[in-house]
Amino acid sequence: MFDEPVAKAIFGRLTLESFPIHEPILLVTFIVVALLGLGLVGAVTKFRLWGWLWREWFTSVDHKKIGIMYMILGIVMLLRGFSDALMMRAQQAIAFGANEGYLNAHHYDQIFSAHGTIMIFFVAIPLIVGLVNYVMPLQIGARDVAFPFLNNLSFWLTVAGALLVMISLFVGEFSRGGWLNYVPVTNLQNSPDTGPDYYLWALQIAGVGTTLSAINMVTTIIKMRAPGMGMMKMPIFCWTALCSNVLAIAIFPVLTGAFALLLLDRYVGTNFFTNDLGGNPMMYWNLVWIWGHPEVYVLVLPVFGIYSEITSTFTGKRLFGYSSMVYATVVITILSYLVWLHHFFTMGSGASVNSFFGIATMVISIPTGAKIFNWLFTMYRGQIRFELPMMWVVAFMLTFVVGGMTGVLLAVPPADFVLHNSLFLVAHFHNVIIGGVVFGLFAGMDYWFPKAFGFRLDPFWGKVTFWGWVIGYWVAWTPIYIVGLMGTTRRVNHFDDPSLQIWFVIAALGALIILIGILAFVIQIAVSIINREKLRDTTGDPWNGRTLEWSTSSPPPPYNFAFTPQIHDLDAWYDMKDRGAGRPTSGFIPIHMPRNTGAGVILSGLAMALGFGMIWYMWWLAALSAFALLGYAIFHTFNYNRDYHIPAGEIAAQEDARTQLLAAGA
Amino acid sequence: MAAENTGFYVLEEEHHETGSATLLGFWIYLMSDALIFATLFATFGVLRTSFAGGPSPREIFELPLVALNTGILLVSSITYGFAMIAMQDGKLGGTRAWLAITGLLGAAFVGVELYEFASLIHEGATPQTSAFLSAFFTLVATHGLHVTFGIIWLVVMLVQLQQRGLHAENRRRLMCLSMFWHFLDVVWIGVFTFVYLLGVVA
Amino acid sequence: MSAAAPHAPLSRRVYLIGFLLSVALTAIPFWLAMTGALDKPATIFAIVGCAVIQILVHTVCFLHVNTTSESGWTLMAYVFTAVLVLIVITGSMWIMYHLNANMMPMTAMDGSS
Repeated sequence: MFDEPVAKAIFGRLTLESFPIHEPILLVTFIVVALLGLGLVGAVTKFRLWGWLWREWFTSVDHKKIGIMYMILGIVMLLRGFSDALMMRAQQAIAFGANEGYLNAHHYDQIFSAHGTIMIFFVAIPLIVGLVNYVMPLQIGARDVAFPFLNNLSFWLTVAGALLVMISLFVGEFSRGGWLNYVPVTNLQNSPDTGPDYYLWALQIAGVGTTLSAINMVTTIIKMRAPGMGMMKMPIFCWTALCSNVLAIAIFPVLTGAFALLLLDRYVGTNFFTNDLGGNPMMYWNLVWIWGHPEVYVLVLPVFGIYSEITSTFTGKRLFGYSSMVYATVVITILSYLVWLHHFFTMGSGASVNSFFGIATMVISIPTGAKIFNWLFTMYRGQIRFELPMMWVVAFMLTFVVGGMTGVLLAVPPADFVLHNSLFLVAHFHNVIIGGVVFGLFAGMDYWFPKAFGFRLDPFWGKVTFWGWVIGYWVAWTPIYIVGLMGTTRRVNHFDDPSLQIWFVIAALGALIILIGILAFVIQIAVSIINREKLRDTTGDPWNGRTLEWSTSSPPPPYNFAFTPQIHDLDAWYDMKDRGAGRPTSGFIPIHMPRNTGAGVILSGLAMALGFGMIWYMWWLAALSAFALLGYAIFHTFNYNRDYHIPAGEIAAQEDARTQLLAAGA
Repeated sequence: MAAENTGFYVLEEEHHETGSATLLGFWIYLMSDALIFATLFATFGVLRTSFAGGPSPREIFELPLVALNTGILLVSSITYGFAMIAMQDGKLGGTRAWLAITGLLGAAFVGVELYEFASLIHEGATPQTSAFLSAFFTLVATHGLHVTFGIIWLVVMLVQLQQRGLHAENRRRLMCLSMFWHFLDVVWIGVFTFVYLLGVVA
Repeated sequence: MSAAAPHAPLSRRVYLIGFLLSVALTAIPFWLAMTGALDKPATIFAIVGCAVIQILVHTVCFLHVNTTSESGWTLMAYVFTAVLVLIVITGSMWIMYHLNANMMPMTAMDGSS
C-alpha cells in the first residue's frame, strides 16, 4: 500500500474522509445522480450519438448551438439550485424550539451558499448569455458573433466552473461563506477546508468565460450590424444586451481581482483580508460589491429588453419611447457603478458616505420607472394578444414593481440599519430576481423557442408553469417579507420564537407551488417535443414579429441570412413586411463560415483539472494542467485553418427548401 | 428570380476582411485588464500604510533601480514602435530584429524585478510580512507576469513570422501585441508613480 | 458589415516625440523624489501631474488613440474605462478611509494613519 508521504504527494489533501460516506442525504443523492448519469451515458452510447454530439454540438462555434447549450446548462443547474431551496424551506419550516431540524448549521451554511452561487453564476448568467447569444446576432442581421471560437471557449469554461461546484457536493465540502464567499468566514484560519477553494476556483474559471463572452458580444454589436442599422435603429434587446455586456466587462475583472487576493491569502499567506498584520477584511466586501451591484443590472437589463420586444410584438405597435428607453438603459448602466455601498451601509462608513450612496441608489430607480411607463404606454390602445410571453410581462410588471419599491425602502440608510441581513432583504432580492429576471427568462424562452426549434411550446403546460411560478412566488415570499420586518435574521437554520413558524410553513408551501411550476416547465418541454408536429411553425414568424430574427426560417440555416439584410428603419422585419420586401430566391454566393474546433473543450477540461488540483493541494496535477493549458493555447495559435466557404449550391438548396415550405404553408 | 424590392437585401457582398473585429475586441479586452489593475491599485491604495510593524517604503525601495527598470521598459516601447514601422514598410527582417530587441529588454525588466524581489525577501520583507507588502508584491508581480506573457507571445510571434511572413493574420497579431505592450508601459507609469515615488515622498 | 477603416500611417516622428517627452516626464519626477528639491505638497503634485501627462503621451503617441479610430469607439471605451478606474480607486479609498476611521481598532502593531 502507499506510504503516507507518497499518498499525500499524489492525492494532496484528498482522502477517503472527503467522500460523504457518513452522510445519508448526500449518499442517496450521489447514488441517484450516478444512476441517472450512467443511464444518460448508456443511452448516448447505445444510440451511437457521441460522434454526433462532438461534431454537431460540443465543437460547434455557431452562436445558435452555443446559445442552446447555455440554456440547457442553466436549466439543469436550476434543478440543482432549486433543490437547495427546497431543503432550506423544509428546514426552516420545522426547526423551532426543541426541534433542530434535519440540517445542522455546518450543512445549512453550505446549502445557502451553494444555492446563491449556483442561481446567479450557473443559472441566471448562462440563461441570459444563452438568449443573447442566440437572438442578438440574428437581430442585427449578422451571421455569427465576432469571435466564434471564443464563444465556444466561454461556454465550456462556464461548464468547467459548474462541474467544479457540482463535484463539491460529493467530494469535499462547499463554502459556508454565502454566495459571495465572505471573509472573515472564508479566511484560511476560519475555513481551512476545501469549501472556499471550490468556490474561488470555480468562479475564477467561469468568470474568465463570462468576461470573454461579454467582450465578444460588445464587439459583435459594435462591428457587425447589417448595413443601414445605425445604433438608434437597433432592436431594443440589442441595446440592453450591449449595456449589460459592457457592464460585465467593467465588473468581472474586479471580482477576479478580489478572488485572486483571497486565493493569495489562502495559498501563499499574504495579508489582504486577514485580521492581523495589517489586513482589512472590509476591503473584500468593498471589492466584491463593486462587482455585485452592477451584476444584478447585468442580469436585469437584457430581461428588460426581452419585455420590450414582447410588449411591442404582442400589442402590434412600435415600442413607445424607444429613445428614452435607450437613454434610460445607458443611465442605469452608468449609475449602477455608483451605488455599491448600499450593500454594506451597516459596516460603519458613516453618514457622509452612506448618504451619497443612499441617494444614488434612490436615483437609479427613476430610469427603471421610466421603462415601466414606456411599456404601459406601448400597451395602451394596442391590440394586446395575451399569449404566454405577454402573460409573463404582466406578471413581471405587477411583481417586480413591488420588489423595486422595497429596494428604494432599503436604500434609505436608517431603514437599512434595521433591515440589513434580515429576511426582508432576502425577500426583496428574490422579489426582483424572480419577478424580474426569472419571469423574463421564461417569457424569452416561450417567445424564442419556436425560432430555435421550429415548433412552439405547449401552451397548456406553459400556463401551468406560469401559474405555478406566479402564485408560488407570492405564497413563498410574502411571508418572508413579514418575518423580515419582524426582525428575523437571514442565513439561520433554527429559530426559538414559535410564533414565526406559521410564516415559514406558508413559505414552504409556496416553494412547493413553485416546484409545480418547475416540473410543469420540464413537462412542457417534453410534451412539446412529443407533439412537435402539431405545434409546428413553418413560417419562421409565428408571432407576427417585428425584428430580423423572424425573417429567417425556424430554425435558421447555419449561415442565418443567405443575403445580408439592408436596413431602413427601426423594427426592420416589420418594415420589410409592411413595404412588401420579397425574399431573394436566386443569385446566391458562397458564404464564409468559421470551422468547428475542439480547443474550447480541451482548454476548459485542463482549466478544470487545474482548479481541482489546486483545491486538493495536488500540486503535480495543478502544475501539469497549467503547463498543458499554456502549451495547448500556444499550439492553437499555430492553427491558421479556421474557416471555410459554404458553396452557393448548398445555399440554393437550403433556400429552395424554405421557399417550398413557405408556399405550402400559405 | 430576384426579389422585387431588392433594396432590402445586400445582393453583392463587398469583401470584408476576416478579423476586422479583432483589433477592437482586443482593445476592449485591454480595458478589462485595466480594471484588474485598478482593483490592485485600489487595494494598494487602501493598504499602503499597513506596515504591521514591518518595513515601510522608504526602508526598502531603491529608486535608482526602479529608474533603471523604468528606462528599460520605456526603451522597449520605442523599439516595439520601430518594429511596427518596419512591419508597415513590409520589412520582415527589420520587424523581427526590433521585436527580438524588445523581447530582450522585456526580459531584462523582468530580471531586474526578480532581483529586486529576491533581495527584499532576503532582507525579510516578504509578501507575508504585512498587508502593505502583500499589496506591493501582488501589484508589481501582476504587472511583471503580464510582461512575461508578453515576452512568451513575442517569441511565438517570432516563430510565426519566420513561418508565414508578414501576412494579414500575423500583422493583426502584431498590432494586438503592440497595444498590449504599450498598455503595460502605461500601467508601469502608475506603478512607479504611486507605489515607488509617492511611497518614498509621502 | 462595414469594411475596416484605413488606419493613418505610423510615423517615426510621432514615436520619437512620444519617447522624448516620456523620458523627460520620467526623469523629472524621479529627480524630484530623489533630491527633495521642492516641498512635499509641491513634489506630490508635480509627480502625479507628470504621470498623468505621460499617460496621455503614451495614449496618443504609442497607442494611437484618436477620435476616428473604430468610428470613435476606441476613444469611448478608453474614456469609459478611465472613469471606472477612477471610481474604483477613489471610491474604494474614500470608503475604506471612513470605515477604518470608524471601525478599525488602534493597536500597538497597527501603523495605519
